[in-house]
Amino acid sequence: MADPASLNTLAALDPVHERTGSVGDMTGPRGRRPRRAFSRANIFLYGTLILVSVYYLLPLWVMVMTSLKGMPEIRMGNIFAPPMEVTFQPWVKAWAEACTGLNCEGLSRGFWNSVRILVPSVIVSIAVASVSGYALARWRFKGSETFFAILLIGAFIPYQVMLYPIVILLRELGLYGSLWGLVLVHTIFGMPINVLLFRNYFAAMPEELFKAARVDGAGFWRIFLQIMLPMSLPIFVVSMIIQVTGIWNDFLFGVVYTRPENYPMTVQLNNIVNSVQGVKEYNVNMAATLLTGLVPLIVYFASGKLFVRGIAAGAVKG
Amino acid sequence: MLVPNHSVRIRDLTLTYGAITVLRDLNLDIHDGEFLVLLGSSGCGKSTLLNCIAGLLEPTDGQIFIKGRNVTWLEPSERGIGMVFQSYALYPQMTVRGNLSFGLKNARMAQAEIEARVAKAARILQIEPLLDRKPAALSGGQRQRVAIGRALVRDVDVFLFDEPLSNLDAKLRADLRVEIKRLHQDLDNTMIYVTHDQVEAMTLADRIAIMRSGKVMQLGTPDEIYNRPQSKYVADFIGSPSMNFLDGHYERGTFRAEGFQIDMAGYQLGAPQVADRPAILGIRPEHVATGALVNAAPIKGEVTVDLVEPMGADTLVWAQVAGKPFRIRMDGQARVVRGDRLTIGIDPSKASMFDAKTEERL
Repeated sequence: MADPASLNTLAALDPVHERTGSVGDMTGPRGRRPRRAFSRANIFLYGTLILVSVYYLLPLWVMVMTSLKGMPEIRMGNIFAPPMEVTFQPWVKAWAEACTGLNCEGLSRGFWNSVRILVPSVIVSIAVASVSGYALARWRFKGSETFFAILLIGAFIPYQVMLYPIVILLRELGLYGSLWGLVLVHTIFGMPINVLLFRNYFAAMPEELFKAARVDGAGFWRIFLQIMLPMSLPIFVVSMIIQVTGIWNDFLFGVVYTRPENYPMTVQLNNIVNSVQGVKEYNVNMAATLLTGLVPLIVYFASGKLFVRGIAAGAVKG
Repeated sequence: MLVPNHSVRIRDLTLTYGAITVLRDLNLDIHDGEFLVLLGSSGCGKSTLLNCIAGLLEPTDGQIFIKGRNVTWLEPSERGIGMVFQSYALYPQMTVRGNLSFGLKNARMAQAEIEARVAKAARILQIEPLLDRKPAALSGGQRQRVAIGRALVRDVDVFLFDEPLSNLDAKLRADLRVEIKRLHQDLDNTMIYVTHDQVEAMTLADRIAIMRSGKVMQLGTPDEIYNRPQSKYVADFIGSPSMNFLDGHYERGTFRAEGFQIDMAGYQLGAPQVADRPAILGIRPEHVATGALVNAAPIKGEVTVDLVEPMGADTLVWAQVAGKPFRIRMDGQARVVRGDRLTIGIDPSKASMFDAKTEERL
């Protein structure tokens, strides 16, 4: 093969050569095209990514570093520098001793309040939304489309408009100021987006599966619990993440609909950071903020993969 | 009023979605133990009709009787039907055993009885080694067998098939077709089978109902449908390659067209007296005689070959008659090329003649 004479004979036999007049070169490119690691496109791409990462990570860096410094070191002003002497005292203070103006119990009380609000709110809202989405997708009733449209419009009304009417509503229900009142509010406001998610997910499931189950004598609940539920873990994870982060990060409803002893962590954080008495303890404030953000962060890390899968499933088929 | 040997009766069935009428005043009687195929192109309402019989769609008007019982308002599970779907519709998180027993558990059947029925169905369908697998671990053919098994265990009077073979490749489809036919011979249940595949319809059916825009165009045995189509639509729909149609006039026993005329002496007219009128003559490509058989045909002619499509077992030849393409099916061993002159013979007794205006059989 390597013999040039034999190559020429092959070129002469090559039908491509006969048709196009080009020399049938058998020594040219073959297989995968080689790619350079340091091409201009790569440098541009990775350069941009690194730049953007730094832009987003820098504030986090400052917060973490500041929270590990003592106040004298902070006053020196080098906010980007790592601590010369690492101290966890600000974290302990933020969690257990920081003062809010009312008491000096730190964030711990707010944390447990948030947990007590979060758990029932997430469970109730997902339970109601999944069943509603299932009913709207598979058991259409007269006016179900209109009902769904109205529900979606609910997602576009600013919360501020509804604040006061809901205060009256909760007062009439006797729930104003209680944890359960706030749970109810979170459940209601979680409805539009979560029902939409579940409805689209269930609507994308093969209809024949649903029909087969009906022929097999399964009713509304049995089809939901035994056929649909085991197939819908991704969308439950998506819904859970949306609800956990949304409810955990909520400030407005927490401050409006509860009494001080039930304030969630975000409100507590605000009260610590914004309390005007004494010196501004930047390290404690940073530690408190990081503590508050920890829960959504953990949720994202733990379920990121499922989150993407669930979102993609809903988006493509829905 | 109800004759006992009717398994399924459909009376004046109408289904409308707003302004769209999917089924209109449809009447159909299906005998006990019959294999009925609902055949039609997509959108003709055949699947809708099957879903109405199953109780998965609510009719706007009309009645459905199964085994002499009015089931119009009953739930699917109460109708005594089993259904097999195109996409198999197996419950993905359950094993094959779980899939087969799901319906029986819902009916609160005793565990021993469930096991006996599952074992029996698995034996009939030869899926015993697969009982503990999940559907994802099965091939297409195995999945469809499990889906049939799910209908089988319910021990019902009527089986409904909604294009069950459409998702399979050609070879598996042919295999499973034979299995379904054998199953019907062994079980003797009534089976209603929806398909758009005329080969499935012809091979499986005791009777075929050809549907078009929500109506049954013709109901008859495969033989009747093929040899005596009652309308041009049915004639065109059944048969591959499809029937040749020639435009002309029927005048006192003769079919006249541009450049030729055919004495229709051997043709069996639908009515004793047929008035002269514009007509369409339909001749199946396989009923055009060539070679040695031409001598036996009452009518002879000559055509020029335009195009040849060899298909192995037979060869399809395209020619021109009265200025329109004319297909002739020849033996696969015949050697013809473009430009050949070919003598053909036509037997009017095998032809179909339709009114040019109403397109109904004369």
